[in-house]
Parts: sequence; C-alpha cells; structure tokens
Amino acid sequence: MWLCIKVCPTNVFDRTETGLPLIARQEDCQTCFICEVYCPVDALYVSPYADIKQQVTEQELVSVGIIGSWREIIGWGRGRTRLAEIDETPFIDRILPPQGTISS
Amino acid sequence: MNLHKQDSTLQLETDVLVIGGGPAGTWAALTAAAKGSKVVLADKGYCGSSGATAPSGTGVWYVEPEVKQRQEAKLSRYFMGGRLAENDWMDRVLDQTYENMNRLAGWGYSFPIDPEGNVFRQGLQGPEYMRLMRKLVKRAGVKILDHSPALELLADEHGVGGAAGVSTQGGDPWRVTAGAVVIATGGCAFLSKALGCNVLTGDGYLMAAEAGAEMSGMEFSNAYAISPTFSSVTKTAYYRYASFYYEDGSVVEGAGSTKGRSVIAKKLLENRQVYARLDQAPADLQPLLRVGQTNFFLPFDRMGINPFTDMFPVTLRLEGTVRGTGGIHIVDDTCATKVPGLYAAGDAATRELICGGFTGGGSHNAAWAMSSGSFAGEGAAAYAKSLGQHAARREVHGLSSAPIVSSRTYGSTLQKPPIAAEEYIRAVQEEVMPYDRNLFRSDEGLRDSLYRLDRVWKSIRHEPIHLDYQAVKRREAAAMTVTARWMYRSAQARTETRGMHKRIDYPDVDETQRYRLITSGLDDISVRAQRVSEEAVSL
Ligand SMILES: Cc1cc2nc3c(=O)[nH]c(=O)nc-3n(C[C@H](O)[C@H](O)[C@H](O)COP(=O)(O)OP(=O)(O)OC[C@H]3O[C@@H](n4cnc5c(N)ncnc54)[C@H](O)[C@@H]3O)c2cc1C
Ligand code: SF4
Repeated sequence: MWLCIKVCPTNVFDRTETGLPLIARQEDCQTCFICEVYCPVDALYVSPYADIKQQVTEQELVSVGIIGSWREIIGWGRGRTRLAEIDETPFIDRILPPQGTISS
Repeated sequence: MNLHKQDSTLQLETDVLVIGGGPAGTWAALTAAAKGSKVVLADKGYCGSSGATAPSGTGVWYVEPEVKQRQEAKLSRYFMGGRLAENDWMDRVLDQTYENMNRLAGWGYSFPIDPEGNVFRQGLQGPEYMRLMRKLVKRAGVKILDHSPALELLADEHGVGGAAGVSTQGGDPWRVTAGAVVIATGGCAFLSKALGCNVLTGDGYLMAAEAGAEMSGMEFSNAYAISPTFSSVTKTAYYRYASFYYEDGSVVEGAGSTKGRSVIAKKLLENRQVYARLDQAPADLQPLLRVGQTNFFLPFDRMGINPFTDMFPVTLRLEGTVRGTGGIHIVDDTCATKVPGLYAAGDAATRELICGGFTGGGSHNAAWAMSSGSFAGEGAAAYAKSLGQHAARREVHGLSSAPIVSSRTYGSTLQKPPIAAEEYIRAVQEEVMPYDRNLFRSDEGLRDSLYRLDRVWKSIRHEPIHLDYQAVKRREAAAMTVTARWMYRSAQARTETRGMHKRIDYPDVDETQRYRLITSGLDDISVRAQRVSEEAVSL
C-alpha cells in the first residue's frame, strides 16, 4: 500500500487502477507536509502555498535539493539521526525573551 | 434515526470505542486497553498523522514534582486565564503528564540530552510522537479504523453505546457498539488551514450535544495564530523575535506576537498589510531555532526567504477552539460528560479546568490531551466493565439531528440536497473568521451573526444525509454551524473581557462574572453560569 494514500489525513490521494497513487482532491490538501515525511522514495513535494497552486517540475525540485528535504531534516530514513534526539525546543525556555506567555 | 444496515456495513462490538486518534484518543485507547478493555479506535484521517499535534513540534507542561516549580507552573497562566482554572485539576494534570512523559521515555521516545547530560522532557516532535503512539496502540491490541470518520453516536435509554460512520476510502459504512465511548475528535478550527487542523471541525461537539451533553467555555474560542500569508504554518513562538513593519519598512507601533496581536489584527482590518522579520533573534541562536521548530522554516526555505533578514507578509489564521479552551463540559475526575457512557478528552473537552479562558498554545494543551485521555480511558473502561458482559449487544439507535439514510433509500426517494455543504461552510466561515466579528466582539455583531447562523442551522438540520463519504462534509458543516452558535451565544452572555474573550462594548473584567458558562441545546441554545471551585491558587 502506498504510504501517501494511507497517511494523508484529508484523503487527497486515490489509488488508480494500476495501484499507483493519484492526487485526486488537491483542494482538500491542508499543506501539512505529512505525505512528504512518510514517502520512502522522496516522490512528493508539498508546495509552501496554502491557498494557491504552484507550478513546478520535478527537475527544478531535484536540482535545488528540495525534494525529500523535510524527511531528511526530521531524520527519517536509514542511517539518519532522528530530530527528536537533537530537538532543543526544551532549551528554548532558557533563551526566549521572557515577555508575556509562551505560544507555540 | 437508524442507519439502515447494509450488507457492506462493517459491524463491531467492543467495550470501549474511542473516536479520534490524536494524542488524547491514543492515550485513552492505551489506558483503556491496559485496564483490560477491548478497544476500537476510529479516526477521520490516519491515527498517527492526523490532527493538530502530528505535523508539529509541541511544548509539553512537564514540571518536576517540586513544590516551588509546580506552584510557579500553576500560576504562570492563572491570571491570564481570568482565574477560571482549578487548583486540583492543575495538580492532577501535572502529575499525569509527568507520569506519561516518563513512560514515553521507557517506551522508546528519544528525548534530547543537554550538554550537562540532563534529559529534557518538555517537548515532543509531532511526527515522531504520534508514530510511536500508533505503534503502542496497535501493540496493545486496539483495533484501529483509519479514514473512518464517525458520523453519529448510538444510544439507548441507558446512555451512549457506540457510534456509526463511513469509510472515506471505499465508502462502506461502519457501526461499532460499545459499553462506553470516548470523544477525542479535537477542537474546531473551521477549515482555516491552520497546520494540521482541517480534520478538526467540531464533529465531536455536535455528536456529544446530540446525545445530551453540554459545552463549557465556548466563548474562549477565538484563538488566531500568526502565519506568513502564503502558508499554513501557524507556529508562533518565534514571532517573539519579530519586529513588525509596513510595506515601506516603517515600524508598526505596538504590534507583537502576544499582546500585540490585536494591533496586527486592527491593521489588517484597515487593509494595511503587516510584515514581519525575526530580526531580534541573536545570530548565535539562529541555528538552534532551526532545530527546535524545523517546520517553521519549511515554507520560508521553499520560497527562498530568510526570515531573520527578509520581511514577509503575515496574517492571523483562526484556530478556534484548538488553541482556545472551550469544549465539552465534563462533570467528574474521569472526564465523564453528563450522559452515561460518554467521555471527552483533549481539545474536544473543555480545557478551562487547567487554563481558564486563555491558552494560546504552548504546553498546557499537550499536557491536557495526554492527561485527560488517560483519565477518560480509565473512566470509560470502568464504566464498560460495570455494565457487564452483554453491554455491547444493546439495541442502540443513531442520534444525528439530520436523518442519515442509506444510499439505496436516498437514491430512490430523496432529492439531492438543494444546498451544497460547501455553501454552508462558507456561510459559517464568513461569521467566524473576520477579526471584527470574532476577535473583537460586540453585542451588535454577535446578534447579527447569530441571526444568520441560526438560519443556516434551521436549514441544515432537516436535510437528510446520504450515507456515503459526502456525508462527512455535511456533518462537518452542521458541526461548524452549531459550534459557531454556541460560541456566540456564550460570548453574548459574557458581558466583560476575560481571557481571550474580548468585548469592545465591555472592555474590562467584571469580577462578578468569574464563573464558567455552560451552553446546552441544538435548536434552542441556553446558557447558564457555573461557579468555579473556590480553592484559589495562592501566590
Ligand atoms: C500549529 C499548532 C501548534 C501547536 N503547538 C502546541 C504546543 O507547542 N504545545 C501545546 O501544548 N499545544 C500545542 N498545540 C495544540 C495541540 O496540538 C492540541 O491541543 C492537541 O493536538 C490536542 O490533541 P487531541 O488529541 O485532542 O486532538 P488532535 O490532535 O487534533 O486529534 C484529533 C483527532 O480526531 C480525529 N477526528 C476528528 N473528527 C473525527 C470524527 N468525526 N471521527 C473520527 N475521528 C475524528 C482527527 O482526524 C484527529 O486525528 C498546537 C496546535 C497547533 C494547531
Ligand atoms: S500535505 Fe496535503 S496531500 Fe500531503 S498529507 Fe498533508 S494534506 Fe495530504
């Protein structure tokens, strides 16, 4: 089973007759980047735009090294260090300016 | 109204049914399973990636059990929340969160270690945390139904006994009868595309109210988060390092990420675009910030913007009750609602008990989700057990306020709905998104909105719903409509400014209104005041 079909919270993908995933309901995409994180073969790119469609080609994305970059950052995939281990969010309390409340 | 049983319906019997598989739902499922209950968990999306926590990193209210630290933690938002939080609840949540976070470490979550060798447990990476929770839930023997939104609760004269819904992948209906049900469907962000929030449409509120449950604190439902205008990433902590500018580079006086959010809203209302730049972040901290909340940088990196040196346009996105505090009213320590067999946890339940009328984000919410999930899971397991062996075989019927009918009946005897769900949704969004309606409230504005929202409700609540995946959008539209009505009815009743609730016609706190507002009803909504437990948090 293709992971993007499985993990997309808003069910953007359909499976085609050949079993491959198809972006069927792009208007339901909530730009959460989840499918990108889960894709083991770095086949997905989530545009940073929440409300407009961005036209890109695969070559462009590969050439600037963006495709698969989010998965790499959070450290999923063989031989990578998980971000959780080096996440220093907790230390932020020590460094954030003490004004007002902590928002997230 | 009964769902017509069809051959393709997936039918299950269980002790505890958990609806929603975010942190609250997964902790509820784990806890109920640990108590020996048979558990089914149904999620609208995918348990492990769906909901507000999964795509983000979250700070967690993890505080060492030392008197002074705990006292400070409890006071940190007590006044900002309008003194509506309760001491006992804060103690219980701090204890349970501490325990749960330590358990996560034992179950394999890799917490970071600082240069002095201390382990830090005040934060969780969403994708990592929720993937682990899914694994744990499965290992505990819980049956997970992914892409299976619940559409309505099932009940008999003794109380709630299950739920029914539909699979969005395949379209088959499902029906689970259960001894007890935990609602953990998250809050309501009105499809604003705030990060991870488009599955959060208040479905659980609607279903609970149809069973007779009440809501609490629905006036505390106007959380707006800063985000770049082009992006869904509503991570706001780093905006504390931001300065805010007009297009020409002059400073927007008084604008800020916390108290100054109203100033930004006012400028946006005047149609003046506001820009941000994180130019107050010291250069040596910048790499650290990148590790802390990496997805904050994702949209910038993709646009070729350096947020530390470049100005970028910002907006305020509605997060409703996700980072507000209102939700289903709970009546005891087990997170039970007033309806027998029905429990609520996480954003679906009111969070006033630990943060009163303000949260904004940051740690309390995650702590509440995991703690209330544990409380509700335990309560539901005990309740199901008390019913005995045959609880799940009860004759229960669906409670949806609009009749849900099978495809066959629909096709032969019913018309296609005259108004599309999307139209209702747009109508509701027009009432709840504008800053001059929801952020800055007035009696006149609330009355106007309620007049229109009541009409939407009257129309939508009678329209039969075709039981296929289209039913999901229609129920979402209904849930958002009734949520908006509860919000504005309680906002109208609170004639003061407290917590995040701002009334421009009553700009001050009125000490005689230090109570919670409980709303009930669907067609006719009533609001009553409930005293806050008097044990004050001392300085
Ligand atoms: C951008 C952002 C950043 C945040 N950062 C922080 C932070 O740093 N610290 C903090 O404490 N809090 C933070 N919060 C708040 C925190 O994410 C929430 O309080 C928390 O996720 C609540 O958990 P939950 O399990 O109640 O709901 P969710 O995590 O939202 O999960 C709800 C689940 O219910 C499912 N569901 C919905 N409707 C149905 C239905 N009809 N049938 C079946 N399933 C359904 C959804 O698919 C989803 O999986 C943040 C929120 C946002 C939006
Ligand atoms: S980014 Fe869009 S397509 Fe990808 S998982 Fe999120 S909602 Fe689905």
